Amino acid sequence: MKVAVVDSGGANIGSVMFALQRLGVRGELTREHGTIRAADRVILPGVGAAADAMARLGEFELDKLIPTLTQPVLGICLGMQLLFEHSAEGDVDCMGVFAGQVEQMQAHAGLSIPHMGWNTISPVRDLPLLEGAAGQYFYFVHGFSVRTSRDVAATCDYGEAFVSVAVKENFCATQFHPERSAAAGARMLSNFLEVKM
Amino acid sequence: MRDGVVVKGVQFQGHRIMGGILELACRYRDESADELVFYDITASPEGRSVDRSWITRVAAELDIPFCVAGGIRSARAAEEVLAAGADKISVNTPALENPSLIDDLARRFGSQCVVVGIDSRAADEGYQVYMNTGDPGRMSKAPRQTLDWVSEVQSRGAGEIVLNCMNNDGVRQGYDLEQLESVRAICQVPLIASGGAGCQEHFFDVFSRARVDGALAASVFHSGNIRLPDLKQYLKDNNVQVRL
Repeated sequence: MKVAVVDSGGANIGSVMFALQRLGVRGELTREHGTIRAADRVILPGVGAAADAMARLGEFELDKLIPTLTQPVLGICLGMQLLFEHSAEGDVDCMGVFAGQVEQMQAHAGLSIPHMGWNTISPVRDLPLLEGAAGQYFYFVHGFSVRTSRDVAATCDYGEAFVSVAVKENFCATQFHPERSAAAGARMLSNFLEVKM
Repeated sequence: MRDGVVVKGVQFQGHRIMGGILELACRYRDESADELVFYDITASPEGRSVDRSWITRVAAELDIPFCVAGGIRSARAAEEVLAAGADKISVNTPALENPSLIDDLARRFGSQCVVVGIDSRAADEGYQVYMNTGDPGRMSKAPRQTLDWVSEVQSRGAGEIVLNCMNNDGVRQGYDLEQLESVRAICQVPLIASGGAGCQEHFFDVFSRARVDGALAASVFHSGNIRLPDLKQYLKDNNVQVRL
């Protein structure tokens, strides 16, 4: 299986590559359109700020390529947010694969922002990607989130509900970091590599 | 960590070797630690950047988040650490020497991966920040009071604060709840307590009284005095929300 990991620069690329390695799959870190289009799976990782990341994708016209992909694509954390319509982080238009807006998270009583740490998710759709995920803890690190989307597949509660997993056709995305979510995260990555979407 | 092994001192002095980096990292991973923090304590006093060869080895093995601290003085150095597989970077002395480093890192990587470590000591005049704490010979008072610095780093974009209460470090008498409560009152970002854990009850106290987001400990885990799975079960039994 060929897995292309989109090199968006300054992202948590190492941890995603190693998570694939632990599952016995070698990821290829790339910006090449041909390589990405030919891969069986594509992962868009992300740590950083949305406006910077969109600018870097734009430099290599990856923002044009990614929405046209037809194989299963997984966005992680910032990589998920970039697949929505717009992000308030730097007021930037994103790729618009998923319906919805990325907004700054609001502080609720007794809860710190950014949302950093382990939290459980609640699937709202029955999908192979989410097998074994209900009630499990996943690792989140983010200060922005999508409150509602018609493409929501699972939510998470942190003072208020937000989209923790989005799925639309061949695109899926997680607000948490499956590559850093111990056994539960490995299971979800493995689901992504195995399932037909 | 110092010179490729894990060390631990008492009140930042008299460091003893606790084990290999990878060996301890894997042990804590298997024991369901929620996050690991690696401090290269020799990095800042010697004026060099963190040695990165081990980060990649750790990243390959860990499936939980980890944070790297030690002499990260520029966005470039931070990018190298993140690219090697670290999830967060923590700055302490370099941020005191050049506070705008926090702004730079937050703008470039997002606040969520920028941790500011604060070494603080209770004194008659209030809580005082110290710098270069990895080397007893070079440790000095920083030009900041702790509560002022906590406010400043947040406004500069810090996404998390680790408060090392130096009076309590390594002595296992419990976290400095009074100081942590004072900081909690003005800290809107996640606050991690560090320094002083000696028994399970200390962890319960710091979560319930100081309302911290996380508790960091070294000695009690390195020595085996507290086993992580036992601690987490104890906390869960006492209604502290934890991942087992």
